[in-house]
Amino acid sequence: MERLRHYFLPEQASPFAQDVDGLFIFITVAGTILLLGITAALIYFSVKYKRRSSADVTPVIRHNLALELTWTIVPTILILFIFAWGFRGYVQMRNAPADAYEVYVTGLSFGWQFTYLNGVISGGELVVPAGRPVKLLMQSRDVLHSFFVPDFRIKQDLMPNRYTTVWFQAENPGEHIIYCTEYCGSGHSNMMGRVRVLADDAFDAWMAGEAAKNEQDLPLARLGENLYTQQGCMACHSVDGSAGIGPTFAGLYGATRNFTNGTSAVADEVYLRESILVANARVVAGYPPAMPNYQGVLSDRQVDALVEYIKELN
Amino acid sequence: MANQVNLREFPVEEHPQTHYLNHEKGLKSWLLTIDHKRIGLMYLASIVFFFFVGGLLALALRMELWEPARNFMDADTYNRIFTLHGAVMIFLFIIPSIPAALGNIFLPVMIGAKDVAFPRLNLASFYIYGFGALFTLYSMAHGGIDTGWTFYTPYSTTTGSAVISMTFGVFVMGFSSILTGVNFIVTIHKMRAPGLVWGKLPLFIWSLYATAIIQVLATPVLAITLLLLIMERTLGIGIFDPALGGDPVLYQHFFWFYSHPAVYIMIVPAFGIISELIATFSRKTIFGYWAIALSSLAIAFIGFLVWGHHMFTSGQSELSTIVFSFLTFFVGIPTGIKILNWVATMYKGSIWMQSPMLYAIMFLFLFTIGGITGIMLGALSVDIHLHDTYYVVAHFHYVMMGGTVFAFLGGLHYWWPKFTGKMFNELQAKIAAVILFVGFNMTFLPQFVMGSQGMPRRYYNYVEQFQTLHQYSTVGSWVLGAGFLIIFWYLLQSLRKGEAAPSNPWGGRSLEWMTSSPMPAHNFEHVPVVKHGPYDYHQPIADFRLGVDSPNAH
Repeated sequence: MERLRHYFLPEQASPFAQDVDGLFIFITVAGTILLLGITAALIYFSVKYKRRSSADVTPVIRHNLALELTWTIVPTILILFIFAWGFRGYVQMRNAPADAYEVYVTGLSFGWQFTYLNGVISGGELVVPAGRPVKLLMQSRDVLHSFFVPDFRIKQDLMPNRYTTVWFQAENPGEHIIYCTEYCGSGHSNMMGRVRVLADDAFDAWMAGEAAKNEQDLPLARLGENLYTQQGCMACHSVDGSAGIGPTFAGLYGATRNFTNGTSAVADEVYLRESILVANARVVAGYPPAMPNYQGVLSDRQVDALVEYIKELN
Repeated sequence: MANQVNLREFPVEEHPQTHYLNHEKGLKSWLLTIDHKRIGLMYLASIVFFFFVGGLLALALRMELWEPARNFMDADTYNRIFTLHGAVMIFLFIIPSIPAALGNIFLPVMIGAKDVAFPRLNLASFYIYGFGALFTLYSMAHGGIDTGWTFYTPYSTTTGSAVISMTFGVFVMGFSSILTGVNFIVTIHKMRAPGLVWGKLPLFIWSLYATAIIQVLATPVLAITLLLLIMERTLGIGIFDPALGGDPVLYQHFFWFYSHPAVYIMIVPAFGIISELIATFSRKTIFGYWAIALSSLAIAFIGFLVWGHHMFTSGQSELSTIVFSFLTFFVGIPTGIKILNWVATMYKGSIWMQSPMLYAIMFLFLFTIGGITGIMLGALSVDIHLHDTYYVVAHFHYVMMGGTVFAFLGGLHYWWPKFTGKMFNELQAKIAAVILFVGFNMTFLPQFVMGSQGMPRRYYNYVEQFQTLHQYSTVGSWVLGAGFLIIFWYLLQSLRKGEAAPSNPWGGRSLEWMTSSPMPAHNFEHVPVVKHGPYDYHQPIADFRLGVDSPNAH
């Protein structure tokens, strides 16, 4: 049974996992027995009752009440049992403990942004303390996304017009992959993140380090560098010249850009600001118009910081 | 004596000189035909073409997934191709496949009618389908569409691709589906031969009846939804897009209110074919006739109440989610009953393992896997993990392809001699069926494992852990493609130089076997009269060839 679980299912890293896996294995095993039974009957009948001559006479069997009642009632009981088991697990998943550690999550094409209650923002990486329930309050900045952590057996869609929630509790330090499972465009399959579970001390140390980054007197380019991860820019734009869903930032400043509408321009500060705030006003040829707008999302100081950071990458 | 009706046996003319295929000649006699058989054949040619298109797209997808990230196409191309694969296969192939092609050809013959109730409407349905298909082809040529076949908002209201022409095409094709449904319902109610009471209706007809009801009731909702989507995009009316004050979950409710019942539009006719195949090739009265007939109607009815099981993670209320899960399990019961009835029919039968029967057996195996994994996906806590992963992809391919396509192939081989007048090479047919079966399982079994391990669907790129399983699946898709090519080849050979088919090659008892192969232009030269049920193999065959002995006829 344990080998079957390892073959089909990922690591069990949340309290729901065992219950979900139990039901998965139960249905798989019961279903396989049923399938083998039906297959055996099909093969046995096909061989045993193979046509002998074109004049074969077969008995007229239209009904068998006992048999029909059995194969109606037994599966009904079985599915009610499966429903109840799934229901129990679902109720557990939907009721976060009241003392859960809360984190706000924003999904954006094509990255994840995690905002802690003390204002710390982490881009692409959800860092949580081990052994504590964590509740996520999630929304999308643009289209639908879905937050899926296979190791935790949790999944929930994110919408632009309301919060959705999900919770988990990771007992041991470790790392777990986050997928987006609601199709969201060009970069959908690259919209990955990770959950990093840390022991209490390590988590506190991480948090203190992140909080320090937030200080207002940070030089603009350094602030820009932080925003580059926090705001999800790194999901599509590289800083080392490698290809991505969007153009790389390396060597961008001062380069001539050719747009899909046939015009071209030099990437100066005016252009960079426009491309951040109203992303698809002019789209560079060869790239999809996939970027969300940051108008109203970033402050002026933050836009300045990103522009300075991009300039520094030349 | 004026009201006296005399019955006599009408022997079937073997290898007729004149039949529906050659009694009129020329392109015009096809394009303007109101003969249900010719219209059915035109549908058949169209869906085979679109199956080929959809299949090539699928092979391209599998090829791209050979390695993570870019293999030979970019992400945007991949997204367009998976969308088109889904849309073409669902709207242009599988929905019209059995009802509009095989159903059109055989429904009137099997109930002893000369044609459907509204022959001109039938031709109109075909042209509406063709008109809708043109929009789809136009969308493909003009940049394609990258939303997934589900057109979820707000992505579909904001993306730059050809959403309007594509959804308009689907909207138009919906009318074709509705009109075919109306036509079938009226035909089944009003055009049955004397003596053909509901309890003697072939089970394929019962399944077409249940399907037609779903088509008529559900398709308008899809039409309205797509029209609202088009209005939102063109006029900026806020219905689904939150930026305009709409709600994306509302879209999902509307969409699945059609698209879940549509799953039964796709599979219920397949059940009908399987009933015919199992009974004929077991030469035995079907076990549980009423259970099979009424379970189709039960599935049609319950199928309208379970759409929310596509939305367990969408953010709909927990109560809705729980109710939808509970109801979902009750579709499983009538479906399971059907499978067991078919197996029971084979008990003490006289089983003749010809290629159509081989397809029926393969259907039972594959569809049972599809059904059991459906139970898995209905279970709340497990579905949260499996939703939108490859597990779902594998599940619906087992139902739609392992189920509907295998049943369709079974039906195609079963009725091929009847509507073409030619036999095919049985050995090649069996070999091809086995190749398909192997290729199919090779393609889709690994996808269950990938899915439960957490591989999300609609992914261009993937983590390396899944590469081996993806490669198995891709190799499987080649085997599958090869199987279809073989089928295409020997069926073509059959048309060119196949042996002339007898009127009843498989020893069936329903009315389509009591007329010539191919059928005469008006199906029967007499008014057939039905005395026994279509599976009453214990009755003398002469009793199945009765007709009204009209004194004027001589």
